[in-house]
Amino acid sequence: MKLAKSIEEIRPDFPILSTKAHGKPLIYLDNGATTQKPLQVISVMEELYRTTNANVHRGVHYLSDRVSERYEAARETVRAFINASSREEIVFTAGTTASINAVAFSFGERFVGDGDEILISGMEHHANIVPWQMLCERKKAKLKVIPFSDEGVLDLEAYTSLLTERTRIVAVTHVSNVLGTVNPVKEIVAEAHRHGIPVLVDGAQGIQHGIVDVQDLDCDFYVFSGHKVYGPNGIGVLYGKADLLNEIPPYQGGGDMVANVTFEKTTYNVLPFKFEAGTTNFTGAIGLASALDYLSALGREAVAEREQALLARATAGLSDIEGLRIYGTAPKKVSVVSFLPGVIHQYDAGMILDKMGIAVRTGTHCAQPLMERYGISGSIRASIAFYNTEEEIEALVKGVRKVIEMFA
Amino acid sequence: MTINEIQDLIIEEFAQFGDWMERYEYLIDLGRLLPPFDERYKTPEYLIEGCQSKVWLFPSFENGIITFTAESDALITRGIVALLVRVFSGRTPAEIVGANIYFIEKIGLRENLSPTRSNGLLAMMKQMRLYALAYKSKQEHS
Repeated sequence: MKLAKSIEEIRPDFPILSTKAHGKPLIYLDNGATTQKPLQVISVMEELYRTTNANVHRGVHYLSDRVSERYEAARETVRAFINASSREEIVFTAGTTASINAVAFSFGERFVGDGDEILISGMEHHANIVPWQMLCERKKAKLKVIPFSDEGVLDLEAYTSLLTERTRIVAVTHVSNVLGTVNPVKEIVAEAHRHGIPVLVDGAQGIQHGIVDVQDLDCDFYVFSGHKVYGPNGIGVLYGKADLLNEIPPYQGGGDMVANVTFEKTTYNVLPFKFEAGTTNFTGAIGLASALDYLSALGREAVAEREQALLARATAGLSDIEGLRIYGTAPKKVSVVSFLPGVIHQYDAGMILDKMGIAVRTGTHCAQPLMERYGISGSIRASIAFYNTEEEIEALVKGVRKVIEMFA
Repeated sequence: MTINEIQDLIIEEFAQFGDWMERYEYLIDLGRLLPPFDERYKTPEYLIEGCQSKVWLFPSFENGIITFTAESDALITRGIVALLVRVFSGRTPAEIVGANIYFIEKIGLRENLSPTRSNGLLAMMKQMRLYALAYKSKQEHS
């Protein structure tokens, strides 16, 4: 698989990549936190504000019509991107966190009660832990956790035994934001479905690294954020199977989500509008669609292949460093490398790398239980995107060696 | 020496360094030289939690003088902790409460004390002032 553009052509699409940090060329390896935006996305959003700004779904006037059309076209782009069966299954939200909170609330209201169980995994981001804990507290339900191995692989045997007649929903991450592990989501869903239990997949770190086909995965919910897939921030997606979305109540009330309002009784609008109360981030949604178009035009499989090559290079280079430990060595990984160079504190290393112009993330990566599992207070995470170069990976490895020298 | 004289001295020390690398190497050395922290005080009560690094700060107050000992799990943070202890420890509450801290910015470490860094240092400085305020009001009411 070949990218539709060479790396020399891709780099200028992302103007921020030519930034200098502390006087050095920026090496941006914090793509797991947020990705940079191509000019195509930036210019669509600017163009919208300059030429096509009005509220969606509200007016009979020209501009409102134009922007509503484009908003719905963006929904169609998202639908096609994840191969959902219909547009009504695509709800725009503020991001992954908002999507998970929406499901935890709405699904919880309808299906979770005293003594029921929610099953998550030990490698979840706080966003896929806390909303479920809040639900459990509200409903006196119990949170159960699927363990994983030192390599960062979920224990599927334990998973199967944790599914009980009280399990109401399984919520697992597609890809671990710390370990990079790609979880066998399709198998996890199939197993849960054998017991009639729905599954939510946190796709925040999955959507940008390859093909996601929600019909093939057969998951009941798939959620992700725009800003981690080269789109704007403040926009995200909640995919849900129509049957389920129809069955659960809305979590926010307001304009546009209603059919009829009287002081006695309100009836709700149809999908997906039932879940889109108030003025939505339509500019963000259209920007997101433009980011997805950009990736599709580049070739999503080719993007994944390039990232795998960069990951292999980073893994090899870092593994060569004595005393360095990589956290997350699952056979199926995306381009994320978490590591600690010996006893050097992640903050110290991150500070020095920053001075060299290298942006990595340090800390717990919003996954404190995972850190506890390994008995560490945090790690350094280099998360690689297709626009990173081989030279940048070499610079990271060299930078880490320099850090070790400084703290030796 | 007054607090300001010590600050000026630190600024002078840092002026001899050519680039950031030397500055940080010096900080790392300072971090290594920080006197050991009494393990008994490594408790939640004295912990200042940052999400990037942790700082422990223990005050004692005797004969009108506050003595601080401190510790961090990250070496660069510990180096800056050493500087703050050097400036603030062995002072009267009034000196600390009235202090204007300018050396951090002058030696190019301001980013380390930004609220967004969350390394515990900004909270540590606030905590030192809070202890000083508490001791000051204790003095005034005894």
